[in-house]
Amino acid sequence: MSFINYSSREINCKIVYYGPGLCGKTTNLQYIYKKTNPDSKGKMISLATETERTLFFDFLPLALGEIRGFKTRFHLYTVPGQVFYDASRKLILKGVDGVVFVADSQVERMEANLESIDNLRINLAEQGYNLDAIPFVIQYNKRDLPNVVPVGEMKKGLNPRGIPDYEAVATDGGGVFDTLKSIAKLVIMELKQGQPG
Amino acid sequence: MLGSDLVMYEEEFKQIDAELNRLLAQANAKVVFLVDKNGQLIAATGETENLDTTSLASLTAGNIAATGGMAKLLGEKEFSILFHEGQRDNIHISIISQRVVLVVIFDQRSSLGLVRLRVKKSAELLSGIFSELLKKVETGKGAAAGGDSPFAEITDEDIDKLFG
Ligand SMILES: Nc1nc2c(ncn2[C@@H]2O[C@H](COP(=O)(O)OP(=O)(O)OP(=O)(O)O)[C@@H](O)[C@H]2O)c(=O)[nH]1
Ligand SMILES: [Mg+2]
Repeated sequence: MSFINYSSREINCKIVYYGPGLCGKTTNLQYIYKKTNPDSKGKMISLATETERTLFFDFLPLALGEIRGFKTRFHLYTVPGQVFYDASRKLILKGVDGVVFVADSQVERMEANLESIDNLRINLAEQGYNLDAIPFVIQYNKRDLPNVVPVGEMKKGLNPRGIPDYEAVATDGGGVFDTLKSIAKLVIMELKQGQPG
Repeated sequence: MLGSDLVMYEEEFKQIDAELNRLLAQANAKVVFLVDKNGQLIAATGETENLDTTSLASLTAGNIAATGGMAKLLGEKEFSILFHEGQRDNIHISIISQRVVLVVIFDQRSSLGLVRLRVKKSAELLSGIFSELLKKVETGKGAAAGGDSPFAEITDEDIDKLFG
C-alpha cells in the first residue's frame, strides 16, 4: 500500500524482507545502511533481543531520488524469522508493496526455507494478498559458506515460477543491491500499472 | 490488491495541516503528527526540528499494530487510545477512522485531560477530511485535480537513475 502525496510530491513504498531465522535479513539492511550516503537515508531502527535476533522489526527509510518530479522513498522492513514470532510477522506485512524472500543457502536450512516461504504465502493470503501477484524477488544468501545447496536445486524448491532471483553474500554485500534494485523496480512498475485512469 | 493506496492531494493536505496546527495550539502541545497505519508520515507540526519524525512514524505504527494484535486476542476491535507517560514528555496516540493515527507529544505545560478533550474534537474533523479524501481517490477524481499521474510514463531508465 504505497502512499502518494501530490501535495508534497512524494511517493512512499514499503518493502519487507522475509525469510527463516538467521538467514541474513537484518544483515541485508545493515549493508544497505552502511553503503548509502547520509543524505538519502534515515536512521536504521532495530527492535532486537539482547542476542541481536530481530524481535519485532528492523526499519530503514531510504530516499532514492526523484521520478518525474516525485521524491521516491522506500521503507525497508525485516520480519523476525524465528518461528514463534509469527504474530509479529503478520503485522509487519500489513500494507506491503513488495517482498524480498531471503533464503539461507546452507543444506541444513533448506527445510526452514521451505517452511518460511509457505508461511509467507499464508500470512499474505490472510491479508488478502496473493504471493503470485505482488512484486516479489528471491535472494539465495550465504553463498560463501562451504555447505551450500546448488543454486539450481534451490530454484527448484523455492522458485518454481522463475521470478527474479539473486545469489548473495550479505555480510560483504554481494548481491544485496541487485536484490534491492530489482524489488524497487517491480514495485514502481506496479504503481504504474495500478494507477487509476 | 487490498483496498486503495493512500493518496494525498493539496486541498486535503492544507485542511489537515491547518487542523494539526489548531490542535497544537489549543492543546498546548509540543508536537502533533499524523501517521498512516502502515507507518508513513502524513503531516507533522510543532517542535519537529530535532525530532526524527520518520522513525517516530514507523514506531508509532508498530506500536499500534502490536496493541491491535493484543486487542484481537482479547476479542476487542482495537484499543483506540494509547498513552505513554515519561519524565518530561508524554505521548498521546489515537486511531482515527481505523486508518490513520494521531500523535500528540506534550509536557507539563499541558495535561492529559486537556489533550484528550482537544484530540476528540480534532479527531471528528480529521475523520471527515479523510472520508472525503477516500471518496475522491475511489472515484478517481483526484488524479485529474492533482495533474497528470506521474507514473503513467515511467520508463526503465527513470528507475535505473534512482540508484545513480
Ligand atoms: N557467512 C555468512 N554469514 C552471514 C551472511 N549473511 C548473514 N550472515 C550471518 O548470519 C547471522 C544472522 O544474520 P541476521 O541478519 O541477523 O539474520 P536474520 O535473518 O535477521 O535473523 P532473525 O532476525 O532471527 O530473523 C549473523 O551472524 C550474520 O553475520 C552471509 O552471506 N554469509
Ligand atoms: Mg533479523
